[in-house]
Amino acid sequence: MNAPVTDLVAPSPDNATPLEADFVDSRFTVPGMRCAGCIAKVERGLGAIAGVEAARVNFSAKRVAVHHASAITDDDLIDALRKLGFEAERAAENPLGRDDGEQRRLARALAVAGFGMMNIMLLSVSVWSGADAITRDMFHWISALIAVPVIAYAGRPFFASAAMALRYRRTNMDVPISIGVLLATGMSLYETLTGGPHAYFDGAVMLLFFLLAGRVLDAMMRSRARSGIAALLGRMGKGAQVLNPDGSTRYVAAEGLAPNMVMLVAAGESLAADGVIVEGRTRIDSSMLTGESEPRPVLEGETIHAGMINLGDPVRVKVTAAAQDTAIADIARLMDEAGQSRSRYVRIADRASRLYAPAVHSLAALSFLGWWLAGAGVYKALLIAVSVLIITCPCALGLAVPAAQVVASGALMRRGLLIKDGSALERLAEVDQVLFDKTGTLTLGEPRPVDLDVLDAQGRSVALALAQASRHPLSRGLAKALRAAGTEPAVLDGVSEEAGQGMQARYQGREVALLRPEFEVGGLAVDLLIDGTRTRLAFSDPLRPDVRETLAELSGQGVTAAIVSGDREASVGAVAKDLGLFATHSMKPAGKLALLERLKGAGHFPLMVGDGLNDGPALAGAHVSIAPGGASDVSQQAADAVFVGERLMPVALALRVARRTMAIVRQNFAMAAIYNVFAVPLAILGHVTPLVAAIAMSGSSLVVVGNSLRLARAAGRASEQA
Amino acid sequence: MTILGFLIPLALIMGLVGLVGFFWAMKSGQFEDLDGAANRILIEEEEDSDQDAKG
Repeated sequence: MNAPVTDLVAPSPDNATPLEADFVDSRFTVPGMRCAGCIAKVERGLGAIAGVEAARVNFSAKRVAVHHASAITDDDLIDALRKLGFEAERAAENPLGRDDGEQRRLARALAVAGFGMMNIMLLSVSVWSGADAITRDMFHWISALIAVPVIAYAGRPFFASAAMALRYRRTNMDVPISIGVLLATGMSLYETLTGGPHAYFDGAVMLLFFLLAGRVLDAMMRSRARSGIAALLGRMGKGAQVLNPDGSTRYVAAEGLAPNMVMLVAAGESLAADGVIVEGRTRIDSSMLTGESEPRPVLEGETIHAGMINLGDPVRVKVTAAAQDTAIADIARLMDEAGQSRSRYVRIADRASRLYAPAVHSLAALSFLGWWLAGAGVYKALLIAVSVLIITCPCALGLAVPAAQVVASGALMRRGLLIKDGSALERLAEVDQVLFDKTGTLTLGEPRPVDLDVLDAQGRSVALALAQASRHPLSRGLAKALRAAGTEPAVLDGVSEEAGQGMQARYQGREVALLRPEFEVGGLAVDLLIDGTRTRLAFSDPLRPDVRETLAELSGQGVTAAIVSGDREASVGAVAKDLGLFATHSMKPAGKLALLERLKGAGHFPLMVGDGLNDGPALAGAHVSIAPGGASDVSQQAADAVFVGERLMPVALALRVARRTMAIVRQNFAMAAIYNVFAVPLAILGHVTPLVAAIAMSGSSLVVVGNSLRLARAAGRASEQA
Repeated sequence: MTILGFLIPLALIMGLVGLVGFFWAMKSGQFEDLDGAANRILIEEEEDSDQDAKG
């Protein structure tokens, strides 16, 4: 697989099998894999295709990697996956996966700190239980030999972050941690060299171990949420089938598209670049771009933009602007500017350390001065100052925030809300206003049949069998609704799809078809034909099933809700009246952003919930933001959290759990403070030995972690009430 | 006391073996797909076992 490049270009293929060079690796996201059976089905199904050497599913990332002959195209494989019953997309480079390396570094540092802690502890226990003279000195020396490289390696994340903060003349939690660890190590080295009784190597390494455990948990929570979101990404136009001059087609990624190329855009596909229709007429869904829910008919010669979805017939589109020049790029620029304000947010741990670090450091300095002036000698005074630093070193404080946030976000993830980081939870807890986009957020954003009762049981099972064989948005919506109604698909023969017309097949010897209406009707509709009998199914974009309950829950939490939509007055007004919400209509991306700025200027903390590209700047500019799983890639990347499924309740649940989390974080801080109230006087009076420090440190950490674990139950209760 | 000269290096070596094992496991991708590993145990083996060898 990893054949050196020289093999591929070697001029003499005498002994190399020529086929070897023709294998390539492709990756696809397959969001529909939910069980062990799916893994087996995908791997065996793909493995059975001639030319496929191996297929390996990564279930956590909902991806499959295929090693196959280059004669097989990506589209063949996507087709094969669809025949197996899975929607698949080419996997792009994951834009959210960059901090994967960060997590690995932290995990390695944690392993090294754990190794060091256990071995040093082993030696320390014997020192504490009375080893003295030459034995103690030898144990101190061995401890030093283990501790110094371990601290140098495992402490790097903290030292680097502290150095960065100091360079910008700021302070964060890592500054007192680094000073504490370095002073304790230096002091212990001096003790070891002079044969003194007190070495704090165990304390220093244990501190690093506990703090790294908190960081690793934090990084794991982030990467889990991000890989969950990455699996949802990629349904937007990342590329297009481009027509070659000789009539053949090839797939070109969005970055490779250039003006004057001709793209073939099939039904259900979204555009990867702006362009002019050169052949065909269709209807497009521009809700991602404008928020408008009604599909719009477009004719030859009209310009359509990247991000719009083709709902009707396949069309040929000549590219007029690609990549950086599309209409989307303007939105991206707005988003960049809007995102600036959020980076100024200061996390609660750093706010706490602004008060805490100066207090601890002046306390240590004062105890040094006090003992020195009292005539204790520089050495004794310094020893006491170091023990003050170690005992107050924010082990419990360092865990107070991540422990609570990891438990909370894990609980929320199980209920369908993926939170990207802890800072989002902190900001969510402050929210006092929620702004909802309409299309795709309050509504499902997908066409669904208005009334299934026009079909009898047989009609339903035939309709499901036909609909699930097509990728057209109407077919997909129909299939979802029928499956939700508990319909089993009928067994059909000879299913065929005619692009732009519909699906045809034979059922028990009779002609059946799912066709578009012969005459243009208002709104979206399809006709089901069974043996010549036509049944019309009208489609609309319904509200999410639990919108009302969610809004009631929000107002119960004292949060006001409102609608900001890019859609026209009539359709926004109807929904707003129905739900009893204040609404603003016909909003441009910049308008939404300006509204949020006004709210923030008035001292509010707005939460933006939206899905479209046009919501991107608002999502980036709001105090905190949530996007539904069906949102555009841009929106999911801009948002702080993503909820999956058809229910809106995760939004209300997120606010409730975030507030509960911050309450627990404050309790944790209070406990750490109480512990310091008892421990610091002991340290200042000089009664703290390495043994006392080790017990105090692990004891306070356990209390904080235990308190945080209560959140798992709190989130469960919240969702049961909801 | 001479037993210490044997036991302490032994403890260190055992710890190091664990550490190196963890580094190896991380590098070789053992933690890439934890949910998948949990689910794979439920997959029934097929008659022709070379399918699984491929996967």
